[in-house]
Amino acid sequence: MSHSSTAEMKVYRPPVVDIIEEGDELLEVAMGPHHPSTHGVFRMDVALDGERVIRLKPVFGYLHRNHEKIAEKASYLAAMPYTDRLDYFCSLTNNWAYALAVEKLAGIEVPERAEYIRVITAELTRIQNHASSIGFLMQEMGASGTPLMYAFREREKILDLFEELTGSRMMCNYMRFGGCRVELPTGWLAKAQTIVDGLPGFIDEIEALLTGNEILMARTQGMGVLKPDLAINAGVTGPMLRATGVNYDLRKVDHYGIYDRFKFRVPLGDHGDIFDRYMIRILEMRESVTILHQAIKDIPAGPIMDPKSKIRGFRPKPGEAYGRIEAPKGELGFYLISDGSGNPYRYRVRPPSLINLTILEDMCLGQNVADVVLIFGSVDIVLGEVDR
Amino acid sequence: MAVEDKLKIELGKQGVFVTTVNEIYNWGRKNSVWPLQFGLACCAIEMIATTMARYDLARFGAEVFRPSPRQADLMIISGTITKKMAPQVVRLYNQMAEPRYVIAMGACAISGGPFKQGYNVLKGIDRYIPVDVHIPGCPPRPEALIHAFMTLQAKIDAQPLTGTERPRHLDAAAMSEFPVPTQGAHDLEPPANRLVWPLPAPVASGENCG
Amino acid sequence: MKSTEEILALIHAALPAANVELVLNPSPCAQHSLRVAPADAFAVASFLRESDELALDYCSNVTGVDWPDKEITEKVKVTQLVDGEEKIVEETIKRIEPGYLESVYHLYSIKRAHEAIAGPVVLRMRTINRTDQVQLPSLTFVWRAAEFQEREVFDLFGIVFTGHPDLRRILMWDEFEDHPMRRDYVDPDDYEYEPTPHDEVLKRAEQQSKPTGVTA
Repeated sequence: MSHSSTAEMKVYRPPVVDIIEEGDELLEVAMGPHHPSTHGVFRMDVALDGERVIRLKPVFGYLHRNHEKIAEKASYLAAMPYTDRLDYFCSLTNNWAYALAVEKLAGIEVPERAEYIRVITAELTRIQNHASSIGFLMQEMGASGTPLMYAFREREKILDLFEELTGSRMMCNYMRFGGCRVELPTGWLAKAQTIVDGLPGFIDEIEALLTGNEILMARTQGMGVLKPDLAINAGVTGPMLRATGVNYDLRKVDHYGIYDRFKFRVPLGDHGDIFDRYMIRILEMRESVTILHQAIKDIPAGPIMDPKSKIRGFRPKPGEAYGRIEAPKGELGFYLISDGSGNPYRYRVRPPSLINLTILEDMCLGQNVADVVLIFGSVDIVLGEVDR
Repeated sequence: MAVEDKLKIELGKQGVFVTTVNEIYNWGRKNSVWPLQFGLACCAIEMIATTMARYDLARFGAEVFRPSPRQADLMIISGTITKKMAPQVVRLYNQMAEPRYVIAMGACAISGGPFKQGYNVLKGIDRYIPVDVHIPGCPPRPEALIHAFMTLQAKIDAQPLTGTERPRHLDAAAMSEFPVPTQGAHDLEPPANRLVWPLPAPVASGENCG
Repeated sequence: MKSTEEILALIHAALPAANVELVLNPSPCAQHSLRVAPADAFAVASFLRESDELALDYCSNVTGVDWPDKEITEKVKVTQLVDGEEKIVEETIKRIEPGYLESVYHLYSIKRAHEAIAGPVVLRMRTINRTDQVQLPSLTFVWRAAEFQEREVFDLFGIVFTGHPDLRRILMWDEFEDHPMRRDYVDPDDYEYEPTPHDEVLKRAEQQSKPTGVTA
């Protein structure tokens, strides 16, 4: 890079380790792809000096399922069920992101009631994702099972709601371009209200168990610290970014859907360590509960699909669009190029999980290998989305 | 040797417990199957949900998920196997001690499922290793996994200790090491292990060739 | 947030020599993009990030697009001598428009995020062709976010990012030779026909079985 502007500009380099001296013996460990703490098939090639991490190179692709290629061969609608399988914890937010991108591409309006349903399902998804991710984080810390059991107990309740609405526990395939697939079943909102009413109790319970816990504080505070300027430059989004204190929540920034109608706060951290990420997730669950209360109260009657939107023979005019939403793990974007035919010319998923891992090595260098597992867990990734 | 069921019950009433080596051996094995803690994709989440409080796989003696293949009896292939991952899956299977069993959970593990058209997706794990129970579904519900588990238990229960039908771990001549595919320039090599995944009958017999 | 035209004017004012042009997007969302000549890309990207007015400090999405060679048939009116008379005759001319690979960057500003509803600023770069001249400058040193995504574009599309610190395959294995997201990629024929193939399907199954050494 010989350009003149490099001199004045701050350059964000990937870490280069030159503290190793000639003759130092490093232990090279391949953590994964089969490793109990890697959330699936992820590999980290770690070089260790004793317990200390000297180098860490993530290796991806063990779950590369060719989502983009398959979607480019199929019609626009046929890609919708595949988006479920991106981040398989949060199928409804994935649906929303894809529907939003197509709606931008084709200029489709979404009826009011459908927007409310989208908000309700997305916030329920956020709660169950954050609860599970905290559960998995604790599992990696050695709290074998118990916090995860609590999280999954609550998750099952929310999954029951999803199943009643969409017919499936995990792979909901619910949103359509210009609305939602089916109307809410009778009594669904009342059930949702009951479950939402119970959620603050669950969050209090999990906080009583964990937040003041000495082991948790000792192992997470000051660990895996990420600086805000690096986080922004590395494209880190979601709770990871907000834990560093950067106020960037797409629900507030883009005002997509109808999020500007609800009163909620954006929790921010100030250390950017694992503990902050944990706290952000807890607080975001509380904010999601307030959004849910407002949305369930205000939901209007009306159609759930734009009557003008076409399901069959959907052919948007040539052009391109990039649509993004605040998924539980960060900014989930879809980039579509249409050439006027029935299937997208280019279909690209902007996966928050993959891009949040860009700075994994920066966070782990110099830490103990046991903490790498924790730092990795605090990023909250799902391999289906990392590799697609 | 077998004791008639009626006689067995009658003897049981008298306080005499009769069994065979075969029965008690299989009874012990089927109630302590330890699965490998090994998640591949979406189905792994349903597998985890199965072990949690609501579905409670511990009722079937299988709550002990072992991270090491050396200590595991059962491999639950929970999700899509990509061509990048397939050699590792076969290697893990080779590292498991006999007797070992495989449940192919979900459409992807059976045939590639919705991702069958993918260039990096293996079209079913039974191309390389033998599978005992297949569960359809995308992903299968936890109840389906429990059902598969009970099916596997019934299968273990019915295994004879001797004779030509005896399982692989009692047959010294049976294949125990499965060849690990290598990653070539365009595809896995070989694309399938013909010993566990034979050609379709009309092709293999050659009656249609020519 | 400024419109794409205003951003283009700002770039021209700051870097008069830079070769940047506007690419219009006809879709209703009107996310227009800026096509940058690869030689100027690093300077333009640095300017966009460092400029106080724009502060595009966040690179959201990096991706590639493959545009294969296109055969275009055009009807051209030509005057010809037919039987001693000059006549206007329509001729169809076939010409091949050479294909290229394109890299696309979606940029946002986090520093100025709350000022207005902002669409993405889209940067595009083109390679010269699809076969041997596929180099584009890497923008990883401007936005670290591009590090893995450029590796992915290299893996799946075959664009070589010069100056990238660690350009290796990311999703496929290292021995893999193809670039599977290109439009002309052919999948390996590993589909099994079971259990009772017939007719065409049987023929393909037989063909497939031959290299494995099954006797006919």
